[in-house]
Amino acid sequence: MDGAAILAGLQRRFGADLVETHDHGGDHTAVVARAALPRLLAYCRNELPLAFDVLMDLTAVDYLTYSGREDGPRFEVVYHLYSIVHNHRLRVKVRVDEDDAVVPSAVPLWPIANWFEREVWDMFGVRFSGHPDLRRLLMYEEFVGHPLRKDYPIDRRQPLIGPTV
Amino acid sequence: MADTTRREFMLGEGSGTGSGSQNLHVGMGPAHPAMHGIIRILTELDGEVIVRADVEIGYLHRAFEKECEAGGWNNAIPYTDRLNYVSPLINNFGYCSAVEKLLGIDVTERCKYIRVIMSEISRICDHLTCIGASAMELGAFTVFLYMIKAREYLWELVEDVTGARLTISYGRVGGVKADLPDGFAEKTLRALKETREVLDEVHRLLTGNRIFTDRMVGVGALSREETIAYAITGPMLRAAGVSYDVRRAQPYYVYDRLEFEIPTQKAGDNYARYLVRMAEMEQSIRIVEQGLAMIPGGPVNVDFEGRPIDPAAYVDRGKQGKTDGLLLVPLTLSPNLQGQQRAASERINADDKRVILPPKENTYGSIEGLMNHFMLIMEGYGIRPPQGEAYFPVEGANGELGFYVVSDGGDRPYRVRCRPPCLPPMAALHRMVEGEMIADLVPTFGSVNMIGGELDR
Repeated sequence: MDGAAILAGLQRRFGADLVETHDHGGDHTAVVARAALPRLLAYCRNELPLAFDVLMDLTAVDYLTYSGREDGPRFEVVYHLYSIVHNHRLRVKVRVDEDDAVVPSAVPLWPIANWFEREVWDMFGVRFSGHPDLRRLLMYEEFVGHPLRKDYPIDRRQPLIGPTV
Repeated sequence: MADTTRREFMLGEGSGTGSGSQNLHVGMGPAHPAMHGIIRILTELDGEVIVRADVEIGYLHRAFEKECEAGGWNNAIPYTDRLNYVSPLINNFGYCSAVEKLLGIDVTERCKYIRVIMSEISRICDHLTCIGASAMELGAFTVFLYMIKAREYLWELVEDVTGARLTISYGRVGGVKADLPDGFAEKTLRALKETREVLDEVHRLLTGNRIFTDRMVGVGALSREETIAYAITGPMLRAAGVSYDVRRAQPYYVYDRLEFEIPTQKAGDNYARYLVRMAEMEQSIRIVEQGLAMIPGGPVNVDFEGRPIDPAAYVDRGKQGKTDGLLLVPLTLSPNLQGQQRAASERINADDKRVILPPKENTYGSIEGLMNHFMLIMEGYGIRPPQGEAYFPVEGANGELGFYVVSDGGDRPYRVRCRPPCLPPMAALHRMVEGEMIADLVPTFGSVNMIGGELDR
């Protein structure tokens, strides 16, 4: 199915829960309200004409200093879906505020979300509700802060934690 | 613990440790000879059988994504070299293509062919390293030496083209650093012939070898469904029977004009992965051969008429206003800049002043060229893609390598995300090794072909 048809189908099904759609550079994108995210992802995965069986990537963007978006929700969690059967792609995004940075976990749908979500938690401090094991993935346990946030200075040094005596 | 005898402590039995046997926790890594790169696998063993495994990564985290945000768009290219450091060219091109998508520019035909040829050479290097290293861990040291020998021929080609072996930084947004050197086609064909012979030898040494097959067949298997659910791509997915390859499914550059097969296997075990990688190298060789035959402009042979002058004299003449006809005079470039002469530059780079540095003749010889150069190099200027986002997938050696770039219209990337192809298999590694012997952890881990630079970024 081509991207425009996918977006039109989602629009019919989810109506007002679909905040925005666009296709910049041929990447069809749906921005969805957080409450509808689990339903939309499950629909994308299970509905046969869509059959997005691969969660290719899951990441986040911090829009704190993005010109024109300083006042909007700070984080955007980005899902890149791919369907092996139909050979089509879709990008799904959900926006969350800093003081309520929680997104429903996608682990029940795709087990790979486990590590991707751990990385987003590690790097951005966005929590995933229902995640079975939300530990840091790349940084160490004692690390303070979330390094890919725009307000984390690139040159901040933290003491490396030695062996406990 | 005072009343625990050594035997009780070691075997986990007897009065000192409670009654009966208990599982033993063994950590492999971070510094373990079979853990290429640095990674820690915590295993819980019942005898020799792995009951549970937990994979801990991040030991090679270098803040790739954060560093990319700190410099200009082209400044990220050297960082991408260090992602998958066995096939760095593919990373270069993947990142450049993502930014080109954001800018909406198309690279020249010749550049597309160069990218395809260099990507496939890198893919062969990567598979050679993977198979060679896994075979060595199973005791087949000869295979390792043979394969590294073949890789050496190929890395010499890479060195000829890029000037470096590992940290190549050859891609540029809108093109590549330099054109192919003289005699590249002949040298490549010779190297490919050598590589074919090595592959043939390795086939005879390993494919039917009892010691090798006993350790590989049926080991580390992952079902087709689970492979897909874990978003595993590349040779591991194809070994499980799914013929997904970005080069075929969503062709980029000129892959849709080239003939090649997507090798697949059914079993999804280590042996199937080995067979897929061996077959893929053969296909990559075919692609390079076709690419060399089809590349427009033929073998590069830049031949200027007239007397070349050196850059310092060129700049002096420009400064003195003696610019009449200056742009037509060829320039002797330093070896570092070989392949960037005006004629070559036009062949390999997109025609877009917002992105591409002018050829050195123009920079040294005309005020327009100099301004153009400064506008791309100076702090606060440079490439400025419009606001937006783009995701560009390429087929890396281990699977789909995707770059997701976000621009806020500035001269620096707002966000660069690399989708590392070896992260999903590492996330699924515990599923592959649980229930198997601890000795099988090594070949299974080898078949994943984890590259620390890419996994931890």
